[in-house]
Amino acid sequence: MTIIIGILAVVFLVMTFMVLSKTQSLLKGIRPTEAAADDDGDYVDDANNFNGYAMFGFWLLSIVGVVWSFLHYRKDFLPEAASVHGKETDYWFWVSMSVIMVGFFVVNTLLFYFAYKYRFKKGRVATFYPHNNKLEIIWTVIPAVIMAGLVFTGLKVWTDVMADAPADSEVIEIMGKQFGWQVRYPGVDDNKLGKYDYKLTNDAEGNEFGIDFADENSFDDFVNPSVMHVPAGRPVLLKIRARDVLHSVFIPHMRVKMDAVPGMPTKFWFTPTQTTEQARIDLGNPDFNFEIACTEVCGRGHFAMKLILVVDDEASYEKWKREQKPLLTTYPSFIDKVPANLKAKAMKYLPIDETASPAVAEELATGGTGSQAALK
Amino acid sequence: MAAVAPQAVEAHAHEEHEHHELSFIRKYIFSEDHKVIAKQYLISGIIWAVIGGLMSVVFRLQLGFPNLDMAWLKPVLGQWISLSAEGVGKLDPNFYLALVTMHGTIMVFFVLTAGLSGTFSNFLIPLQIGARDMASGFMNMLSYWFFFLSSLVMFLSIFVETGPAGGGWVVYPPLSALADANPGSGIGMTLWLVSMALFIVSSLLGGINYVTTVINLRTKGMSFDKLPLTIWAFTFTAILGILAFPVLFSAALLLIFDRSFGTSFFLSEIYVNGQALPNQGGSPILFQHLFWFLGHPEVYIIILPALGITSEVIATNSRKPIFGYKAMIFSMAGIMFLAFIVWAHHMFVTGMNPFLGSVFMLLTLIIAVPSAVKAFNYITTLWRGNIVFTPAMLFAIGLVSFFVSGGLTGIILGNSALDIQLHDTYFVVAHFHIVMGAAAIFGMLAGVYHWFPKMFGRMMNAKLGYVHFWLTFISSYLVFFPMHYIGIAGFPRRYYQWSGFATFDSYADLNAFITVAAIISVAAQSVFIGNFVYSIFKGKKAPANPWNSNTLEWTTDNPGHGNWVGEIPTVYRWPYDYSKPGASTDFIPQHIPYSATPESNLAHENEMIADEEEIEKIKFDANIPD
Repeated sequence: MTIIIGILAVVFLVMTFMVLSKTQSLLKGIRPTEAAADDDGDYVDDANNFNGYAMFGFWLLSIVGVVWSFLHYRKDFLPEAASVHGKETDYWFWVSMSVIMVGFFVVNTLLFYFAYKYRFKKGRVATFYPHNNKLEIIWTVIPAVIMAGLVFTGLKVWTDVMADAPADSEVIEIMGKQFGWQVRYPGVDDNKLGKYDYKLTNDAEGNEFGIDFADENSFDDFVNPSVMHVPAGRPVLLKIRARDVLHSVFIPHMRVKMDAVPGMPTKFWFTPTQTTEQARIDLGNPDFNFEIACTEVCGRGHFAMKLILVVDDEASYEKWKREQKPLLTTYPSFIDKVPANLKAKAMKYLPIDETASPAVAEELATGGTGSQAALK
Repeated sequence: MAAVAPQAVEAHAHEEHEHHELSFIRKYIFSEDHKVIAKQYLISGIIWAVIGGLMSVVFRLQLGFPNLDMAWLKPVLGQWISLSAEGVGKLDPNFYLALVTMHGTIMVFFVLTAGLSGTFSNFLIPLQIGARDMASGFMNMLSYWFFFLSSLVMFLSIFVETGPAGGGWVVYPPLSALADANPGSGIGMTLWLVSMALFIVSSLLGGINYVTTVINLRTKGMSFDKLPLTIWAFTFTAILGILAFPVLFSAALLLIFDRSFGTSFFLSEIYVNGQALPNQGGSPILFQHLFWFLGHPEVYIIILPALGITSEVIATNSRKPIFGYKAMIFSMAGIMFLAFIVWAHHMFVTGMNPFLGSVFMLLTLIIAVPSAVKAFNYITTLWRGNIVFTPAMLFAIGLVSFFVSGGLTGIILGNSALDIQLHDTYFVVAHFHIVMGAAAIFGMLAGVYHWFPKMFGRMMNAKLGYVHFWLTFISSYLVFFPMHYIGIAGFPRRYYQWSGFATFDSYADLNAFITVAAIISVAAQSVFIGNFVYSIFKGKKAPANPWNSNTLEWTTDNPGHGNWVGEIPTVYRWPYDYSKPGASTDFIPQHIPYSATPESNLAHENEMIADEEEIEKIKFDANIPD
């Protein structure tokens, strides 16, 4: 393959030089327009031939440039996909790319070749050829058939990627805010994300997610602001939301992208195929990390909304999860928001040394409006 | 033949002649003459293009040379360049976003909608259909001055203290609705919305006028199947604008309500600046639907006139009829219709129902078919032609190349499965800059070079035109082709810099290269502007029909008041009788009857000689008010 491309490149280079040397000699011949007497072509100047040659010369040089730059830069194209659907979409990307590259080279070649070939010649008459319905039908049908092929493969892949997540998916919530990503895990005990209400959001108190502690599922939820861990080999369902403006979760290596919309939770599921550890070995880069970026403009820090994604093997993932402290443990004061009937359940997440007075806590918890006011 | 009222217009014109000379203000400023209005649009468009182009140089410098000391820009940009202790100047990230936002808004609306459609629809519609002027000169004048007002407001917004709008040209809420989230969403965004509202009014006044004029004021014999493709393109464009712009107006209006009157059309569950806002139940996605319902037709509003101009220029300079005249009309009609039902392909990964994604993917890929037909027809028009490379022709061929190269990548982006990775990356930036940015600008430049003699009565310097073309063509490809690579590598758009991510920390050389090419392409436009201004005053005097072209405008005298001295010519044939076998010249203008060219008539055309008398007998009803 490389040899063929190399040979082609040489051939084109030679042709380019031939055309260029020809244009050189033509350029020398350009003189101010002679006022020709004949009525067809009194506005055709001596540069006409030059422009004709230059058209084709431009295209030949372009082919060399396109091929060279493609080979030179392709090492950074589509970094190795690390998810199951990513390999699929990459495959179809290159299939579509091959199709359009054929179109690109054929159509542009015809365009620039005709421009060069049929440049003005004195005395020649253009062919009066106003229409040909057969041709029109041919070049309507051919693109239509190609499009149909691409549509049907695309539809299939799209439907698979967007299908409901499998039941055994690891559910993780990711929330965009100006300017960073926040991650919440459902916890090891109930494995369910607790409810949230944006009105409960309070950065000062540490409740950046607006987690509703009246829901017992919240008690064991833990958050991790610095990195996001996911297991390899198992579907991961991202529950995506934003709390201020639009953001978009983009995990380049996982081929994951989905907007985070305030007021409308979205989702995206994918199956990582490779642990960070493995990727580092494969790439020979001990510092390699999967990264999460933002791709919906969200303000000044848009370009810096980075979160490291760590893909663990199943065992270390579970181990890591068990080591995490629930939010309730980090901020014991949230116990005040827990309704009386659930207090006992919530108590076990409090740090051991914490001996909150149940009476005071109860009082606060029942005064729901009071805590609302405190938020303002 | 639905021509209704030119007689009345004529009567009007004669009256005006008796009023005698118009005052300077009525003639050149608040003018109702379509030719003057066209020039007003053209010159405004060029000024905006310079501003928009220079803005792109500033943010390209930031992207190509992230460590560049920009202190030298301090005198121009003031507070937006912050100086470090060592005196190193850095571009403010908020202002970076404002620059990309303004660049997009200016180029899409002020240059490629007003500057392109406004100039050539105004100039060519009356001249090519054989009308004295637009159906309503007054509305036409209003249209320009609403545009001027809109320009003024947008221009002023650049200078407000908190900066102009900075949420991207798509102004998605909530970012554009919350001044707390982005300083540009304060007064800058208010001015943006006011400016756009005025712009929409201008566009509607113009569009309704164009359609009315084309339907009602065609001269004798100018049936729809004899209209030049330019007119078809302008008509379809105007219809697109009339149907789509009101939807943007509604989006802008609802956004104004959300921003200023506490409604919640687009806002829901927001916690910003340490406070939970009361808005609930709104949908940011709704705004995106409304925006793209205009936004997508808008790209065809931009490209269709450019394609129309290209059809005319390529046919004239290939000395051949345009290939597939009817196929061209049908494919433009197809594009116009499909343009309304593909908008959600901008929204595949916004959280919209994936089923909708499937539907819009199907419709989007269908639109590639009529676009492909147009490209093939252009190329077949060149085939066995006798091509004269006027500057206009060079730009028209450049347009076809851009239209093909940029259109092809649309096939990838229109595929929702592939769009997941490429959405909002530089692949998208590369795609639309080639297919609707560079292509449309090339269409506009082709138009300027081609009709300059008729606009100003003088010729532009052709040699400078060639230099301008080659510099622009090569540098444009050098800017936008490598951007695909950056996009395939995943680089997101609207990033102030990429080096924060290891994934995007490559291609520094490519980005620097693009910046250099961008500077060349902007600098090359000075060749054009110099040529343009010089030629207006000092250019060689132009003959009436310098390109030996067939359409009606070339039968008028070079600029003067009114379009034709005496009666308006009658039309007998289509506009593409170039190099007809047997004819003594290689072009036969539309007003030459078949009876005068027995040597070159085709069989069915000989039969049409009988209809000529009937065409000449058409009487326009002067009682229908215009």
